[in-house]
Amino acid sequence: MIGAQDRRRVVGPLEYGRRMWVRLSLWATLAFLYAPIVILVAFSFNDSRRNIVWRGFTFKYYEKAWSNDALIEAFTNSLTIALISTLISVILGMMTAVLLWRFRFPGKAPFEGAVSLPIIVPEICMGVAMMTFFADIGWPRDLPWPLNLGAITIAHISFSFPFVAMVVRARLTHFNPELEEAARDLGASQWQSFRDILLPYMRPGLIAGGLLAFTLSLDDFVITFFTSGPETVTFPVKVYSMIRFSVTPEVNAASTALIMITIVLTAIALRLQNRS
Amino acid sequence: MESWRKNPRPFWLFAVPPSFWLLVFFLVPLALVWVLSFGEKVGLLDVVITWQPDNYMRALDPLYLQIFAKSFWFAGLTTAVCLVIGFAVAIAITFAPARRRGLLLMLVMLPFWTNLLIRTYALIAVFRSKGFVNAGLEHLWQWANGLLTLVGLGELQLLGAQFEPLQLLYNNFAVVAGLVYVHLPFMVLPLYAALDRMDRSYIEASLDLGAGQIRTFFSVIIPLAMPGIFSGVIITFVPALGSFLTPDLLGGTDSQMIANVIERQFKSANDWPFGAALSFILMYITFFAIALRALWAGKRRRGSLA
Repeated sequence: MIGAQDRRRVVGPLEYGRRMWVRLSLWATLAFLYAPIVILVAFSFNDSRRNIVWRGFTFKYYEKAWSNDALIEAFTNSLTIALISTLISVILGMMTAVLLWRFRFPGKAPFEGAVSLPIIVPEICMGVAMMTFFADIGWPRDLPWPLNLGAITIAHISFSFPFVAMVVRARLTHFNPELEEAARDLGASQWQSFRDILLPYMRPGLIAGGLLAFTLSLDDFVITFFTSGPETVTFPVKVYSMIRFSVTPEVNAASTALIMITIVLTAIALRLQNRS
Repeated sequence: MESWRKNPRPFWLFAVPPSFWLLVFFLVPLALVWVLSFGEKVGLLDVVITWQPDNYMRALDPLYLQIFAKSFWFAGLTTAVCLVIGFAVAIAITFAPARRRGLLLMLVMLPFWTNLLIRTYALIAVFRSKGFVNAGLEHLWQWANGLLTLVGLGELQLLGAQFEPLQLLYNNFAVVAGLVYVHLPFMVLPLYAALDRMDRSYIEASLDLGAGQIRTFFSVIIPLAMPGIFSGVIITFVPALGSFLTPDLLGGTDSQMIANVIERQFKSANDWPFGAALSFILMYITFFAIALRALWAGKRRRGSLA
């Protein structure tokens, strides 16, 4: 007879999850993925400029980042772009999703392919395409804020709304069309049944897609790098120029702030998606 | 699903705005780059469209072919390393207790949601010559040296007179390590999806019938995970090939990839037509890889139906 103690020690042939090398590779991988980020966050609180030795806890680099006007301006730009881009991406993405879910129409397959293109095309190609486009049409460069962020916002909407469409469409596949039919039978107009039946049903998808669009916009560097000018620096572009210059705790502090924002938004999005 | 003809008003209402946006702010820009790739630079700012494939020919110059080869090599190596690590991780998650699977998967995916630039920056802090890896190695070196002194071998300086930090940054190693760091989640997800679907009784049967663990792995688990492997390889290779930030921040002068050359043409070198041709070559390679995947998936589906 095998006692409980022995059973714990013997690894069955199918229990790969309990094999040493499997466990080891999992933990090593997680350490590889998290150690740099954890170190970055931890050392944004370290009371020392150069050393990699812990010298005590401080908020001074956060204060420094906060009083760095260029950094705050870049952050404001990023948030403004992300908000506008999210709003328009959600509307366009919702329209695309409903269109593809609801209608049969000639040219549907090419349209579907074209909508997924922004997801597939390498970022660098999209970046140079946007740069060429805005140069060719002579997009004005010296508009007052926030209009000068137009070019970047347009580029962000172009790569965000297909993602929103994807998320909303996944939600729509589970929709029971009888609900809408019932509404129509009971005398609701097309608009009413859309507003009172379909739109509420899509809401979790719209919110999740919106959060995705917001994060994509806030995080984007490559495409923004090609559409931003000297007056329109976003947060990642600013951090990029700071990194090129040197590795400082101030950049750590700014990065930590951005990581926190992204994590909170992602957590909300995942929770909403799981619920739906 | 209904025909658009039955209900044209809502159809147009939903069709026009996204189509318009996609056409004007995505397809037209791409088309402009395509046209530009057949142009020639005259003077400092002017470009004449000649419709000659000169820029594409120039990409065949050994200098650029070498950069393409290097990009393929980096992306291929990244994919291979990700496949090996990703497979172990995917197995670990698949065979973990059910209640922990979701959490582990989330842990692997979470870094993917943090900013790429910040993750790359985090790697710089770890890899630089006064960074954490080297500090750890130096501790190890001092400890080993102390041990040698203790046993009376200190005079011989077996480990060198002093600690030499490893050059981990601004070289090809850093680029591949960075690419693996960034792309690992892309690989784990499809592998996990394939392994999770796998019927475990096949493994049991193989083990019962006398195959060893290693043989079972190569003749049962790997073939069953093939769709996941194929998907994972493509969705890791494609973005890795077009990487800009990783080679830009972690690489040295000889670790430039295609995207870095494209960026240079559009910025400092100011040769937009050539940059446009290079971006279209990169795009064609991407489309080819994705078509390959679709083709393969289609074949499998037909095969399983037959």
